[in-house]
Parts: sequence; C-alpha cells; structure tokens
Amino acid sequence: MLHRLSFVPGRLLQSVPVAFGVTLLVFFLAHLLPGNAALALLGQRATPESVAALTEQLGLNKPLWEQYLLFLKQLGQGNLGTSLTYQSPVTGLVLGAIPVTLTLLAYALVLSLAISIPLSALASFRPGGGRDLGVRAFTLLGQGMPQFWVGIMLILLLAVGLRTFPVGGYGETAGEHLYFLFLPSLTLAIAMSPTIIRSLRSSMITVLESDYVGTAKSKGASGVSLLTGHVLRNAAIPTVSVIGVNLGYLVGGSLVIERVFALPGLGSLMINSIFTRDFPTVQGVTLFVALFVVVVGILTDVIYTILDPRVDLGRASSA
Amino acid sequence: MRTSSAAGTAASTALSLLRVTDLRIGIRRRRGDDTVIVDDVSFDIAAGQRFGVVGESGSGKSLTLRAVADLLPKGVEVLSGSILYDGRELVGMPGAERRRLMGPEIAMIFQEPMTALNPVVRVGDQIAEGPRRHLGLSKRTAHSLAVEMMAKTGIPDPERRSRAYAHELSGGLRQRIMIAMAVSCSPRLLLCDEPTTALDVTVQHQVLRVLEDLCADTGTALAFVTHDLAVVNQTCTSMAVMYSGRIAESGSVVEVLSNPRHPYTRGLLDSAPDFDQPERQLIPIAGFPPSVTGRPVGCAFAPRCPFAVERCRTAVPPREEITPGHDTACFESERIFAGVPA
Ligand SMILES: Nc1ncnc2c1ncn2[C@@H]1O[C@H](COP(=O)(O)OP(=O)(O)O)[C@@H](O)[C@H]1O
Ligand code: SF4
Ligand SMILES: [Mg+2]
Repeated sequence: MLHRLSFVPGRLLQSVPVAFGVTLLVFFLAHLLPGNAALALLGQRATPESVAALTEQLGLNKPLWEQYLLFLKQLGQGNLGTSLTYQSPVTGLVLGAIPVTLTLLAYALVLSLAISIPLSALASFRPGGGRDLGVRAFTLLGQGMPQFWVGIMLILLLAVGLRTFPVGGYGETAGEHLYFLFLPSLTLAIAMSPTIIRSLRSSMITVLESDYVGTAKSKGASGVSLLTGHVLRNAAIPTVSVIGVNLGYLVGGSLVIERVFALPGLGSLMINSIFTRDFPTVQGVTLFVALFVVVVGILTDVIYTILDPRVDLGRASSA
Repeated sequence: MRTSSAAGTAASTALSLLRVTDLRIGIRRRRGDDTVIVDDVSFDIAAGQRFGVVGESGSGKSLTLRAVADLLPKGVEVLSGSILYDGRELVGMPGAERRRLMGPEIAMIFQEPMTALNPVVRVGDQIAEGPRRHLGLSKRTAHSLAVEMMAKTGIPDPERRSRAYAHELSGGLRQRIMIAMAVSCSPRLLLCDEPTTALDVTVQHQVLRVLEDLCADTGTALAFVTHDLAVVNQTCTSMAVMYSGRIAESGSVVEVLSNPRHPYTRGLLDSAPDFDQPERQLIPIAGFPPSVTGRPVGCAFAPRCPFAVERCRTAVPPREEITPGHDTACFESERIFAGVPA
C-alpha cells in the first residue's frame, strides 16, 4: 500500500509552481480593475490630493512588478501582507475565514453522499424502472436550478416560512455551526449530487452486472451485504475522480452561497476585498483556494489508490 | 454425515439431489411469443454424482446452470418447468430463502476467474465470506478456514496468498481460489461453468484433479458444463449433450461416448481430437448452429444432419430410452445406428 502512495511527495512539489502561477495571474488580473484601494477607502468625495497621498502611503504607486516582488518576499516569510481595508494581517483574516468555508464544503460533501449513494442504489437495481426515472428527474431538476436560487428558495421555505432553520450566519458553538450551515450545505449538495448520482448510478449498473457480483450472490450475498461488500467500493472508483474535479467547482459555488447566507467565510472575504480593491487580501484568498484545489487533486488520487489495489500511479507516471 | 459418492450410486438414483424437469428458459414478451432459449430440458443428478453437459457455444449450457443458481442475466427468466433441489422447488422460491441455499447447499464456479473475483477484495476475504455468513464463523476462524481451503487446492504459501488481490495471481491460482471459495461451505451440489476453459492444458489437468479430489472428499455432486468432450470423459460419470437449447442425448459417459445414438453426438466425437488415435482424420460438422430466434420448427439439428428425413423438419423428436439410462432425441436413431450393437 505505502509504496503505491510514493507519488504524493512529488505531486506536492509540483504544486508549488502551480500555486505561484495562480498568484501571478491573479495579481495582474486584479490590477486591471479600474480604481484602487485608496479611492475605495476614502470614498467618492475625497480630494485628488488625499487619494494621491494615501496611494503613496499604501505603496500602490510603485510599479506593478515591484509590488509583486514585495508580495513574494513577504510570502517567503510566511506573511501575506496587510489588508488595505481592515489594516490587519491578511494571514489572520484568511485563517479566520478558512474554517467556515472548509466546514461548509465538507458538510456539503457529506450531504451530497448521503443523498447520492441511496438514490444511485435505488436507481441502479432496476434501470429504466419507476424509481430510476424518479431519480433521473431529480438529477435533471437539481442540475437545472441555479445555486443561488435554490439557496434563496430554501431560505424562504425552511427559514422564513417554517422557521426551522436560521436565515443566515454561522453561530458560536460547534453544534450551532452544524445547524447554521445546514441550509447552505444542502444548497451546495443539491447542486453537487446530480453529477455524483449520474456517475455512481452508471457504475453501479455496470458493477451489478459483473461476474464478481454473480459470484457474491452465489455465496448468498444480497441486499445491503451485497451493496456494501461488493458493489459500493467498485462503483466508487470512477466516481471519486468525478467528485475530485467537482469539488473545485464547489469552491466557486460556495463563494456565492456564502454571500446568500451571510457566512463569514473565504467567499465573503474575497468578494468584499474585490469591491474595496484590497489586493493583498484577494491574493491571500486566491492562494489558499489554489492550494486547496491542488490538495484535493492529490487527495483524490490517494483515495483512488486506496480504493483500487490495481492502481499504481507512481509506476504509471515513471513508466 | 453425507452419503459418499461410491455408496450413493444405486440407492440415490431414485432420490435425486437435483431434478430438472421440462425447464424452459427465455425472454418473456409482453406481445407475441416468448423467445425460448432453453427448451424442455430435463435431467437428474444424484448425490455425489458427477454430471457433465457438453455442447457447442450458445447451446444454452450456461443459462441452464445459472437458472439453478438463480443467476440468470437480466431479462432472461425461467418460463416454465421445475427445478427440484433435495425435494424443494427452486422455481418461484422467495429470494431470501434461495440465497440461504447458495453456499452451504449449492455453489458455483465460473469460466473466467479473473472477472469472477472481486478486484478490490483480498482473495482470502472472498473465500471467508461464505463461511462467515453461513457457518457463523468469526472473522479469525473464517480466515483460518480460507487458508486451509487454499492449501487443500494446492496453492503454495496460502497464508501470504490469502492477502493477495486477484490481479496479483496467475490464472491457475485464481481458479484454485474460486474452487476453494466454492467448496468452503462443503456444498452438496457444485455447478461448474467451463471452469478450465480459460486455462492452459497442463494447468487444466491440475485444476480438474483438485476439483475431483475435493468433491470426492466431501461427497459433493458436480454439474459440469464444458464444450470439451475430453474433459467430460475425464471428470464425469454421466452426461447430457445439448444442441440449440435442447438435450440431444444423455446417459452414462461410457455409454454416450463409446456408443453414441444421436447424429450430433457422433458429429462431435468425429470432430474432436482423440489422444488414443492421433492419426485419425477429424471431420467437422458442416454448417453452424441456429440462432436463438432462428431455431427450425422440427429437429434443431436437421439443417446440418446428413440423415435428416421429411419428418425431422416438421416435428421435434422426443427423447426416447434406448437402453436403461441412455436416451436420445432422434427419429432415425434406430435406422442410423442399426449396425452398431447397443
Ligand atoms: N443476457 C442474455 N440476453 C439474451 N440472450 C442471451 C443472454 N445470454 C445468453 N443468451 C442467449 O442464450 C443462448 C445460450 O447462451 P449460453 O447458455 O450462454 O450458451 P453456452 O453456455 O452453451 O455457450 C446464446 O446463444 C445467447 O444468444
Ligand atoms: S431427428 Fe432427424 S434431423 Fe434430427 S438428428 Fe435425428 S435424423 Fe437428424
Ligand atoms: Mg457458456
């Protein structure tokens, strides 16, 4: 097992230039936006003189490449710079927001699996049957509805209408977090599950028709023991990559959903910083998101390797 | 405990372990006629007996076995007939009850051990699964039993191999794993669907020997499907020849192979290499077997049969006994084989 995971250190090293590339791209793209932080801080009625003074004070009048080098230098010291709007270290801001977003994503993933696994099993035991059609209708519906709209509908129905869930916010204790994050996670899960279901359903159908499932039945396995002992793990193998890829999109989705549910996560931090031209913060968040996507990619391959003993990614890439 | 195979012959023929009667397997159509693939197949297997089924590919051998194991592919079902196992009717038996039979009473070995083994579960755990479920063994005891069964099938270093995955083993070892898995609960009936077809000839012999020995030890009856007459000759005591979903001829292996009474059996023998007479010329059967949907009205073999007469094309020949225990489904059998002593 361990020797098959020997590809991980190499992949981690490869991710360093990727992360740099992303910061570079975002740095210059961000500076294409009209206006700057000094203007945003001082407001519309500020005099040109005060804007110029603040611009100089914040170091925004230096050439772009100089600003980027400064950013890299600070990064080398583990410092993401100082937020222009909050006047506090970006590292602290990002670290404060990360738990919210990570919890939201993990929660959404768990809910997606809780929705997808039973529905896929239900659909695949009799392809083309009534249940299968029902599940397919759900996936079409889930895919057709925009995330923010689902979020707003859930708020209107369960928070405003039935008052079972809060309209927004994050809560104080761990239990409250789970309670407050339920609706936003569900929103993301509804968007994510159709993709998982489509992959899982078709691989379950293939697995259910395979010879080894026949063998398992000839040993008396059926129902849940057949599903957990022989079907799920095999069917999960192709689905793991699908989930890995879609977690990247899910991050994008969570940025919007955090706004809808007023969650103090990376999404809200990112959007606020863009509006205020708070470039160091935008950089910090982007860097983290890039790292997250890279790590998810590696994790996906690790899980893939653990699930399928035939896979040896280290050997495949060196051969 | 269980009757040994030697003692069983005379006493248990009356009380067969598996009795298949007029079994029809096919595809049910909502409108129009059902597609009948296996047509009115009947045979008996006594406890401890080794029964072979031969026939060309597509003759319905696998479907017949799968019907007994309740493993018919989607869309294909038992249309009519009866499968009595130890006096209990399997056709229409509730699924849960039937699954309880699978393992301790009836087990099955498939043609392709590579695809028949779960690729992501260690082979030792796959062998231990049945004993854990049916014999109520603990994880550890079941594992010891699995290793013991692997040793019995002649797998070297079984403790280490039990932790291997299917793709890490050779074809011969994989099929031994399948055998160890199938006999782990000491079933009374073992269904084998071409278990050696995917193997080299030398490995074939070793695997067959292991299979025979284990079945002899536990008094397990065999239903052995193959397209290879030599394998039936080596392994089985009685046999049936299938053609296009029907049984053409059946009887003891010695009777059928040395004294065939159906033109198709004769054709099979003439087209198969014979190790005793390597210089003998092989005569292939002309033409091809009919497709499932294109089976002719009368005798299915008529288009390829050199002895066919008018009647053969209009009516299906019934199975008739020539000598006790040996029967054939051919109108012209007496005339064709007249010169040959029965
Ligand atoms: N899943 C299936 N659906 C439809 N027809 C099938 C299916 N499986 C087998 N058949 C038909 O049944 C016939 C007999 O198949 P099979 O029992 O596998 O033959 P054998 O094992 O003797 O080679 C084949 O010719 C095939 O056309
Ligand atoms: S019944 Fe007629 S066609 Fe069929 S095998 Fe006998 S002789 Fe040939
Ligand atoms: Mg077959």
